[in-house]
Amino acid sequence: MTVAVKTFGRIGEAAAALSAERGARFFGGGTILMRMVNEADPDVATIVRSTDPALARLAVSSGRIELGAGATMAAILAERDLAFLHPVARTIGGPAIREAATIGGNLFAHSPYGDFATALLALDAIVAIAGGFGQREQPIEEFLAGRDRGGRQLVTGVSFRRPAADSFRFVKVARIRPKGVAVLSIAAQLPLASGRISGARIAYGAMDRAPVRAKAAERALEGRTLDAAGVAPAVAVAAEGAAPVDDAIASAWWRREILPVHLRRLLLGAGA
Amino acid sequence: MRTPVQFSLNGEEVAAFVEGGANLLDALRETVGDLTVKGGCWQGTCGTCTVLIDGAPRLACITLAETCAGRSIETVAGLRRGPDLHPLQTAFIEHFAAQCGYCTPGMLMAAKALLDRKPSPTREEVVEAIGGNICRCTGYEPIIEAILAASRAGDRRSA
Ligand SMILES: Cc1cc2nc3c(=O)[nH]c(=O)nc-3n(C[C@H](O)[C@H](O)[C@H](O)COP(=O)(O)OP(=O)(O)OC[C@H]3O[C@@H](n4cnc5c(N)ncnc54)[C@H](O)[C@@H]3O)c2cc1C
Repeated sequence: MTVAVKTFGRIGEAAAALSAERGARFFGGGTILMRMVNEADPDVATIVRSTDPALARLAVSSGRIELGAGATMAAILAERDLAFLHPVARTIGGPAIREAATIGGNLFAHSPYGDFATALLALDAIVAIAGGFGQREQPIEEFLAGRDRGGRQLVTGVSFRRPAADSFRFVKVARIRPKGVAVLSIAAQLPLASGRISGARIAYGAMDRAPVRAKAAERALEGRTLDAAGVAPAVAVAAEGAAPVDDAIASAWWRREILPVHLRRLLLGAGA
Repeated sequence: MRTPVQFSLNGEEVAAFVEGGANLLDALRETVGDLTVKGGCWQGTCGTCTVLIDGAPRLACITLAETCAGRSIETVAGLRRGPDLHPLQTAFIEHFAAQCGYCTPGMLMAAKALLDRKPSPTREEVVEAIGGNICRCTGYEPIIEAILAASRAGDRRSA
């Protein structure tokens, strides 16, 4: 089966084409989409592409960070000022996957994929979307919860405040190294005020169909210190709100069992 | 509908007509006739179709052929220089790094991407570079040894 490929110079034109047709899919790096095309998936009738350079733009400052949806994992790894995100980008596939895999595609990747989206959730990112209606912005949590419903929208980029130095942590638990799909991943932003956690953000990958916030654990961490006694209440409620599924990588039961262990290690800075 | 795509393949300009949604692997094998690129999974998981696009490793089976217009593509067909094998090919033979040979084209190209960028890599960097390439019979150790040997051979030549 062949599909129609429509390429547009400008984001707006691509967004219009995407929302106009039910079987249209936007092409990021194609690491997921091309498999569907190769398998003649009837959900993909048209591929919409944009060559607009704005899509791959990285605007990195000491305050706010803006990442174009078309930026690849390799581009993130090449940007020294995004070093805190390198441990995330580096875990996504092998080198050839990272050359193609985009941030936009990761936001739509189904569990157990979506490690970068998990990091963006812990960073409280805002997702910029272009649709038939024009431009709009949506908090990432809302975006992830609704991404599989409704019409096709073109994500143009994400933005977030640079996390305080050393406050961002990430761990991915996989069975194969160096390249392995997640049993689970955890991203956390742990800001400290006078040595105590203030406004923690914790996100899990592969613990639901899309990345989810660990709100019970976040609440339990508020005002606590990052030592064994301080993190214990958060670890005790680690799996609250998570709804992992069984897949070829791990059972839901196993994911729940090991989640508290890895959350504890992450919070204590003890590594995976 | 067929779309014309022009790119450089191992230094030579080629033009091909591709079907909508065609991947680069099928375009190279079936349209251009470069059979040195192998297909394994058509899902991006096995790595045997690894080629270099503008010097970076890419999986031909999940690369949309149309996106290669104007790009420079390298495959195993372009590795040897006249009668001489590429140092990586020699090292793969000397270190018994190819048993059934199915993963070999992808391994060679993933290794070339690394050595072009980093002529004297560490063992960890070699492991990382072939992290997306699956071997099911030779075993990874001889392959890693061969790549490290090729890098040492390169060092001797440039010394
Ligand atoms: C071997 C292998 C290993 C992998 N390992 C990992 C891993 O470890 N972790 C991980 O998270 N993922 C992994 N992936 C999945 C995938 O590579 C990544 O999730 C990647 O980031 C997807 O991005 P893409 O640009 O390739 O998406 P595409 O394939 O281009 O698109 C995926 C979906 O998102 C939609 N889309 C893409 N961009 C946009 C946009 N800007 N706006 C609207 N819709 C859009 C597409 O229409 C499509 O439905 C792996 C894939 C393979 C094949």
